[in-house]
Amino acid sequence: MWLEDIESNMNNTKIVQASLKKRYAKERRFKAYGIFSISLSLLFLSFLLFDITHKAMPAFTQTYLKLDIDFSYKNLKLKEGSRYSEKELFSASYRQLTSKSLYEIFPEVTNRKDKKVLRNFVSSGAQYNLRDLVIENPSLIGTKKSIWVLADDDIDSFAKGLIDRNLPESERRIKDNQLVWIDTLEADNRIEKRLNIGFLTQGDSREPEQAGIWGAIKGSFFTMLITLILSFPIGVAAAVYLEEFAPKNNWFVDLIEVNINNLAAVPSVVFGILGLAVYINLFGLPRSAPLVGGLVLFLMTLPTIIIATRAAIKSVPPSIREAALGVGASKMQMISHHVLPLAMPGILTGSIIGMAQALGESAPLLMIGMVAFVADIPQGFMDPSTVLPVQIFIWSDSPERAFIALTSAAIVVLLIFLFLMNLLAIILRKKFETRW
Amino acid sequence: MSDLNLFSVLILSALIVFFLSQKKAKNWQTSAGSERVHSLPVYYGYFGSIWTVIPALFVFAFWSFFSTNVISTMVVGQFVELQALDKSSLSLALNEIYLMSDASIVPSLSDNTIKAQAANLFMQYSQYSAIFKSITVLAIAALGFILTYWRITPTTKARNSVENIVVYALLSCAVIAILTTAGIIFSVLLESIEFFKTIPVSDFLFGTHWSPQIALREDQAGSSGAFGAVPLFWGTIFISLIAIIIAGPLGLISAIYLSEYASKRVRSIVKPVLEILAGVPTVVYGFFAALTIGPLVRDFGYWLREMGVNLDIQILANLTVSTESALAAGLVMGMMIVPFILSLSDDVIAAVPDSMRDGSTAMGATKSETVWKVIIPAALPGIVGGFLLAISRAIGETMIVLMAAGVASNLTANPMNSVTTVTTQIVTLLTGDQEFDSVKTLAAFALGLGLFITTLVLNIIALHVVRRYREQYE
Repeated sequence: MWLEDIESNMNNTKIVQASLKKRYAKERRFKAYGIFSISLSLLFLSFLLFDITHKAMPAFTQTYLKLDIDFSYKNLKLKEGSRYSEKELFSASYRQLTSKSLYEIFPEVTNRKDKKVLRNFVSSGAQYNLRDLVIENPSLIGTKKSIWVLADDDIDSFAKGLIDRNLPESERRIKDNQLVWIDTLEADNRIEKRLNIGFLTQGDSREPEQAGIWGAIKGSFFTMLITLILSFPIGVAAAVYLEEFAPKNNWFVDLIEVNINNLAAVPSVVFGILGLAVYINLFGLPRSAPLVGGLVLFLMTLPTIIIATRAAIKSVPPSIREAALGVGASKMQMISHHVLPLAMPGILTGSIIGMAQALGESAPLLMIGMVAFVADIPQGFMDPSTVLPVQIFIWSDSPERAFIALTSAAIVVLLIFLFLMNLLAIILRKKFETRW
Repeated sequence: MSDLNLFSVLILSALIVFFLSQKKAKNWQTSAGSERVHSLPVYYGYFGSIWTVIPALFVFAFWSFFSTNVISTMVVGQFVELQALDKSSLSLALNEIYLMSDASIVPSLSDNTIKAQAANLFMQYSQYSAIFKSITVLAIAALGFILTYWRITPTTKARNSVENIVVYALLSCAVIAILTTAGIIFSVLLESIEFFKTIPVSDFLFGTHWSPQIALREDQAGSSGAFGAVPLFWGTIFISLIAIIIAGPLGLISAIYLSEYASKRVRSIVKPVLEILAGVPTVVYGFFAALTIGPLVRDFGYWLREMGVNLDIQILANLTVSTESALAAGLVMGMMIVPFILSLSDDVIAAVPDSMRDGSTAMGATKSETVWKVIIPAALPGIVGGFLLAISRAIGETMIVLMAAGVASNLTANPMNSVTTVTTQIVTLLTGDQEFDSVKTLAAFALGLGLFITTLVLNIIALHVVRRYREQYE
């Protein structure tokens, strides 16, 4: 009997040993799947970031043309005299200054159609820059000076190498005659690329070379301010109530808790519908205002802050509470003097993450009208404005090629803001992390 | 007195009363031979200012909120012509009246239209209302001050009283959550009922044609629009399905690798890096999907079609390919959801007790066998719950589909074709200036109701499953 046992045991060992190789291979394969799926996600992330920064690069520079501007009385349509009021200077004619200068460089262009194409080498915003220049320095009038003016977005794209000159003419936005002119200008050293400061200081524009994100940044700032002012105190207060004062096994408290958990998972468009129906239609608040945007994002951020605050309050050890109560503090004093200060790093971290989410949110804001084209920089909570993510959405819809770079650049700016906010949250967590 | 001034006066008086009451309490403490004071002086300060200002503030808010409505009813009551108007034209007329009175363009007496008269009357009533409001609010504040300041004694339980009020204030903050849900239900339900009065529920739920265009003329062909939402439901499900097919395995296997195989250092680096994916705004994903992934998918589609023509495969040769495709949107959405599934699966895998792992290892199982035969079966309810949460997230996602999946409603199973989703339609129907009560706008609210209910049910099920699972191992 025992001999058979040994034999069957040896058989079993053999079977196991025979299958071992296969099982180990399976093990290695499984491990490889794990590494593969993680690297795939990492690859996607790096591709996303690389692609967007790569596309954004052209937006950080801008092409300028050097033109010899003749500020003669005739060109400015001013009466010859010695002094002009600012109003006179403001209404003088600056439109033809750049065109005339271009015609001078290319005297061979006489055809009306060609002249129009040539005239459009310069951005339509250049005349306002010239106007500002003259108002600032009226002594320019009557003189001739070479000045760098902003180029049109097509010329800009070409100078940055985004338009391939080897394509057949019909598929190219820059035609053959324009190519010749650009080459001439280039040979004369009249084309230069400079840092695009206007991108960070100007409002939106229909012309890509004049469009900037300052308006959207300010809109985002006002919206976030409203969100923060409302959601932080209210969220913390609600969390304190639920953690410290709410009676257990009470249907009303349960209802509140269920509501908070569900609100955290409600799609953001639904909050947009709420904003539209309640804030705009019922309360009659204005469309496109940062106030309404902030009110909508407040409701969206509230559950995040409540949940984070509750977790932070929960992590304060009972010994501290008991010590406070033991020396005679009331419950409210215990909370405001001991629990909340100790939980504050956790609360702040959660709130910053909630605010970062709100800063990147766009869908509900589309519905309360923040998607409108706003060229002015908003000055207050009631001014029509847009926010950074919505500005990205608006630009990504624009047909002009140059808007791709602008959109990507705006994304880079938004991501930098988000990165800084998250970094702040991480630093707070690391610095004030207490192990009880 | 303007609202802002009145408000500032109230705040200022709160401060003054605070210091007065505190002073009074301090005097009790310092005056010799006095009895014991119940609370710290600062609580008497709070006590005084709360009772002075809070009731007044309530009346202030209440009055401001309802005065316009009350005044307009009063104005309308004065004019038979306005009473004769129906609801929508009355609100239009009232709007005009508001504008006229708001701009303070005092209509000249010769201008004898009804609206000008009404605006005049409106302005007059508003002035009276403002005066009465100021008087009432200040009177209530003064009354509160008198009642509290002269009646507080060293035995007044100021601290308890203040703390009770603070608890109620905290409670009212928590109630905002209920109000929000109520607001959502109120706003989608009312308009949806209005919508279903014109379009039967069955047409909406089972109709296969969606084209909510607005008619320019009454007699235009197809002016009623078609509101069969099946193509939208299908588009939503289709894209979510693609997303979950990509994100499910990727997220789950990554979670298993990170929790069972990876060293602590790798884990502490890789997990936060992958969580960056969850922090990227959806509009960025939308841009990426539309501009980078969309063309790639399209080129792949062309290549497939060419292959189909060359190898004579009918299905591939007839493939419809478009730049805005379900596949591009689903792919990017899947990548967005990966960290979500990763962290949820990570939690449930970590909750599986180590004794089960050790038991399996002691029986001679390899790590992968332990994972497949012990850990995943044990963690399955939690994993399913996590997947459900991820699906509900995908259904509610807006920007990616809005930018990359298109607005054409196609009932197709071809992932290269463009489809539209519920969220896309809600946004496209509600952006821009529309009449609030057109069928087109109402349709968006009906879709919102559907979306809200679906995600709510999914979340409740998922949370329930996850909680049951957690309890099992605690």
